[in-house]
Amino acid sequence: MRTAEDITALLEQVKDPEIPVISIRELGVLRNVSVDEDRVEVTITPTYSGCPAMDFMRLEVERTLREAGVERFTVHQALSPAWTTDWISEEGRKKLLDFGIAPPPSSADIRALKGTAPAIACPLCGSTDTTLVSHFGSTACKALYKCNACKEPFDHFKCH
Amino acid sequence: MTQQEALFRFALRMGDNTLVLGHRISEWCGHAPVLEEDIAQANIALDLIGQARNYLAYAGEVEGKGRGEDALAYLRDSREYINALITEQPKGDFAHTIVRSFLWDAFHLPLLKALANSPDERLKGIAEKAVKEVTYHLRHSSEWLVRFGDGTGESHDRAQAALNDLWRFTGELFEADDAERLLAKAGIIPQLENLKADWNATVDGVLKEATLQRPAGEWMASGGKHGMHTEHLGLMLAEMQVLQRTHPGATW
Repeated sequence: MRTAEDITALLEQVKDPEIPVISIRELGVLRNVSVDEDRVEVTITPTYSGCPAMDFMRLEVERTLREAGVERFTVHQALSPAWTTDWISEEGRKKLLDFGIAPPPSSADIRALKGTAPAIACPLCGSTDTTLVSHFGSTACKALYKCNACKEPFDHFKCH
Repeated sequence: MTQQEALFRFALRMGDNTLVLGHRISEWCGHAPVLEEDIAQANIALDLIGQARNYLAYAGEVEGKGRGEDALAYLRDSREYINALITEQPKGDFAHTIVRSFLWDAFHLPLLKALANSPDERLKGIAEKAVKEVTYHLRHSSEWLVRFGDGTGESHDRAQAALNDLWRFTGELFEADDAERLLAKAGIIPQLENLKADWNATVDGVLKEATLQRPAGEWMASGGKHGMHTEHLGLMLAEMQVLQRTHPGATW
């Protein structure tokens, strides 16, 4: 019989379709896995109310469970407590950086929400001489920056 | 009116407000003045439509007649929509869009902050999520309004004209209907008139920085919250609903 740990390990295959290097566990979208006899319950939460990837991630969870031979399962979607960038794991942050996306600052730094946060470092050259181009980037969860040192534009996973 | 009926009506109104405004803002997709703004407006529209799905799904459950989010969005006529009039006004020029968003965001954010403390778990969950999104919306619309007002003569005049034009739709936001009065009394939603001080402070602060004049007009239009709309909503819904009306139940 599979344990909750086994199911969690299995779901490591489910990635964010828009950032395919990071799993839904590392992103903090996978909130809970429980197993009661042979019944599996999975809870996921959206990053943003209108995240268009949510339906896809849910289908991927269901497909992965089915293909692994899990017959009885339910995937719940919970809004509360609301997802925060603080739930992105350390490993997830490193993967974002390697993928060319500047990871979010901690939301404990309330200045980030008020727009006076310390400069975001360029994921390509590491310079902190960067400029916010737009609060809204290629997806709802990202802002658009440019690096004044290496002149490259880059995405920043904004604090939420 | 029972509390359940009031809750249905309030969830429906929040769904209608966010859906109609989200649709209006989405009309900029592919047409915004600069690429970054095209992306920004599409993102804001997406946030609002995502919020609308949450409210409408909840409204359908509270109503208990088997109507889901799609049935509520696509199969009601304009008289059955109960959004505030300001959300349905045409997008106009970019100044109109920014001014409308600003006047709405300045109301939306304190409303959501209050709803995030609601004893109703579902409203609380939706609001906790949305409050983070709308914090960015208000910041975005405020920054643009300052840039327009304190920018060139042309941008200043267009922003002031938009403000004068849209001002008459702001009074309705704070007018509670029977459902809102009942829910406020039960402590489930805030008293709308209590949000006015917060709204005034935001509006006055940003207008001052933008060197824009707060319109003096005191006459306020209302009716949207009771299903009496301006001519613009019907036309918008005709476009938004055409697929479901032509091919009922179509999925893809």
